[in-house]
Amino acid sequence: MAVLQYLINGLSIGSIYAIIALGYTMVYGIAKMLNFAHGDVIMVGAYISYCVMIYLKMPPVVAILAAIVVCTVLGVLIEALAYRPLRGTSSLAVLITAIGVSYFLQNAAQLIWGVAQKTYSSVVTMESVHLFDGKILITGEVIVTIITSAVVMVCLTLFTSKTRTGKAMRAVSEDRDAAQLMGINVNRTIAVTFAIGSALAAIAGVLLCSASPALKPTTGSMPGIRAFTAAVFGGIGSVPGAMLGGILLGVIEELCKGLISTQFSDAIVFGVLIIVLLVKPTGLLGKQIQEKV
Amino acid sequence: MKKNIHSMNNPIRSLWNNKTRRTTFSTYAVVIVAFVIMQLLDSAGMLSYAMRGQLIPICVYIVLAISLNLVVGISGELSLGHAGFMGVGAFVGAVTSTALQGLIPDATLRLVFSMVLGGIFAAIMGLIIGIPVLRLRGDYLAIVTLAFGEIIRNIANNLYVGMDEKGLHFAFLSEEGLHMSDAGKLVMAGPRGTVNITPIATFLTGFILILITLFIVLNLVNSKEGRAIKAIRDNRIAAESVGINVMSFKLKAFVISAILAGMAGALYGLSMSNVTSVKFSFTTSIDILVFVVLGGMGNILGSVIAATILTLLPELMRPLADYRMIMYAIVLIVVMLFTWSPKLKGAIEVVTGNLKEWLGKLTNKKEVGTNG
Amino acid sequence: MAEYSKKMVKVPTYSYLREQDADKLPVLDVRNLGIDFGGLTAVDSFNMTIGPTEISGLIGPNGAGKTTIFNLLTSVYQPTRGSILLRGIDTKGMSTHKVTRMGIARTFQNIRLFTDMTAMDNVKVGMHKDIKCSFLSSLLRLPSYYKAEKAADKKAMELLEFMGLADVADVKAGSLPYGVQRRLEIARALATNPSVLLLDEPAAGMNPSETAELTEQIRRIRDTFQIAIILIEHDMNLVMNVCEGIVVVNYGKIIAKGTPEQIKDDPAVIEAYLGKKEDGAAC
Repeated sequence: MAVLQYLINGLSIGSIYAIIALGYTMVYGIAKMLNFAHGDVIMVGAYISYCVMIYLKMPPVVAILAAIVVCTVLGVLIEALAYRPLRGTSSLAVLITAIGVSYFLQNAAQLIWGVAQKTYSSVVTMESVHLFDGKILITGEVIVTIITSAVVMVCLTLFTSKTRTGKAMRAVSEDRDAAQLMGINVNRTIAVTFAIGSALAAIAGVLLCSASPALKPTTGSMPGIRAFTAAVFGGIGSVPGAMLGGILLGVIEELCKGLISTQFSDAIVFGVLIIVLLVKPTGLLGKQIQEKV
Repeated sequence: MKKNIHSMNNPIRSLWNNKTRRTTFSTYAVVIVAFVIMQLLDSAGMLSYAMRGQLIPICVYIVLAISLNLVVGISGELSLGHAGFMGVGAFVGAVTSTALQGLIPDATLRLVFSMVLGGIFAAIMGLIIGIPVLRLRGDYLAIVTLAFGEIIRNIANNLYVGMDEKGLHFAFLSEEGLHMSDAGKLVMAGPRGTVNITPIATFLTGFILILITLFIVLNLVNSKEGRAIKAIRDNRIAAESVGINVMSFKLKAFVISAILAGMAGALYGLSMSNVTSVKFSFTTSIDILVFVVLGGMGNILGSVIAATILTLLPELMRPLADYRMIMYAIVLIVVMLFTWSPKLKGAIEVVTGNLKEWLGKLTNKKEVGTNG
Repeated sequence: MAEYSKKMVKVPTYSYLREQDADKLPVLDVRNLGIDFGGLTAVDSFNMTIGPTEISGLIGPNGAGKTTIFNLLTSVYQPTRGSILLRGIDTKGMSTHKVTRMGIARTFQNIRLFTDMTAMDNVKVGMHKDIKCSFLSSLLRLPSYYKAEKAADKKAMELLEFMGLADVADVKAGSLPYGVQRRLEIARALATNPSVLLLDEPAAGMNPSETAELTEQIRRIRDTFQIAIILIEHDMNLVMNVCEGIVVVNYGKIIAKGTPEQIKDDPAVIEAYLGKKEDGAAC
């Protein structure tokens, strides 16, 4: 019975990882860069929604929308100012710039909102559900998280497979030069990708802080790394891979914490990642690229 | 060219004409001169307390940056777990030094011994990690090294080490697990990090470690092994096709880098009374990577300078108070944009070109003036 | 050049005149070689015997599997069927660097130089296994390091001079013109001291005068080093001029084999290149 409880909790935290991982994987697939600042966009989303709820006394829905709008704009701005000038140069240079952006966001947040931890009030008002005579507890947050993630994933899948922009995104990720020759506006497509990724990060930020209410400038950092790991785990660049990787990582983490050891959960999760990559060097759903001689 | 062979006749000229020798020479010269200046300033009492506290960390970061440059710049493999090796060195060094306190009373000798042992353990870690992982490429290698760094940190975070008259005791998760006698004292206390450490590291040992690191890395780079490593970076398939065992050389670079990081870690661990495992998380790995990239990939002197400036920068920007870290971030982004963006680079060239022209006109005018 | 050949020429025990190659053991003996990529047969029943100082051509239309054969010979791919005997030793299961050390060197269709290193260093990387100096002595800069490096410099310079590259020795390989890069790649391959040299489209992108020069150079390489050369080439003038034996492949299979004269008039070859025609025009 306890295992079922861990599975449910894992599914919940895994869904959040999956949403964040989608941002990493889409940006990687299309712009071929590791956006290290993605985790910090989550933190910004959480702070914005917090401020709208606490200071402006607005309902959670408004707060979430505000967070999404701010993060989307932020994502597009970051891309245009910091990443676009470096397009086509060394990927390491872009990585370091992304690290700079990450530092910038964390320290800006610290200046604006202070170092002190804030207690986030959950956006979910739903009652917890008790199953099997109270042996299993499903909080409202868990239910909302899982449902939201499912909706996000379905929408995103439909978007990339059905819409014009979605198809353009797939084309750019397949072969940027060829896509450009076919008349696709690569700059615009990359901007849209950052916009979507950052909007997802805002949603993830709200969900994350609703589940665990500690909010501080470094809140996004560890979940960001976890989700990045999840994206690689599933095969970076692959949208279904990010979903699968995120959920699996969350489930493994919760099972570890529950059944083996809380203290060593980091080591075990990263250990599983390493084993997967050694057996399947491009991740679970990643494409095998044969080098041409 | 023939010229090269002929110029061997004049040893001094050949020393200066050869570009690699020139860079080698200037690298050593800069480090030695900087050390002498710092020593003089220190003995004249002109260094602030905060500045003095930065001397050993600067040495540590320089060694870390040079050793990471060997992997990232020269071998061309993105590693995000360098702080893990530093951590291994720091904890092994701290435990060794405490354990040998009775056996080797001389602090310097004990420090050297601890650093060597820290290097050896980091080398073993480097082998364990390198053998399976160096088969992976690019971003996958990056994430796996990051994961390994985090695993090392996670384990250290739960490790308890104590010492009593019977020797060292090790346990996970709790102090009780150590089963020490009453006389025993803790050396590592899990999340609280190292405790009861006598700081024995000195600026001089740090400086000597830098010299050793430079000696090893520069000699390696300018040898047939170094050529092979650079060849693999430039074109792996071609390197294989001229008979180079790719895995073996990647591993050599990786393990040597780990040894140096372990030694630097031991120096760091013994420079203060308490070090926690948080110090060795991926944030530190990334900081070191920033030194390497800003200093220039494969550029050893660049790593030295970047590590020094960037370690001092937050200190120098102290007057900016709360704004200093955000300024650091902005400086980092702006420097990256200006050194890498093709458009901005072009803009700088135009500006400097105009400046030169303007200066030229100015001096010309002067000449005209004096002539008239 | 005479003095030079004394130093550089590898004089193996089986060294003899080219005309007598037929009586001696072949340096390379490929038997029934084949490889499948996921059910698709790229090369099948490929047989080839190369004399120790023979220059042979491997020709065929685009996509015929020529480069795949080179990749099989150098163990970049492991064959699905058949065997490759290099001086009588089966190279099955060996890694690329081992095969190279045993004596097969190659160049690449799309040039693969170490672009960030000087021409000189490119050649010195090729000489890697012949620079006798231990890891420790290079780290500690023992006298043996300086001795080995000096010898390597001299030998590399001789090779560069041989390929007419002496004046670009200190230039970064990536900034050299195309034709020069191709020659540097050959110099680097020769530095590994091979007994078989594989040239993958050495004349691609060269103008007629450069190609003529290359023709001479290929002959000179064979004469000086007494090694076997196999070349893939689309320039029929070059192939017919320099090769003593030619193998024609199409769809991964040998369709003709013989001297240049025989190949010129072979109906199967003409058909492969020009499609079916009533009277075959010359290539």
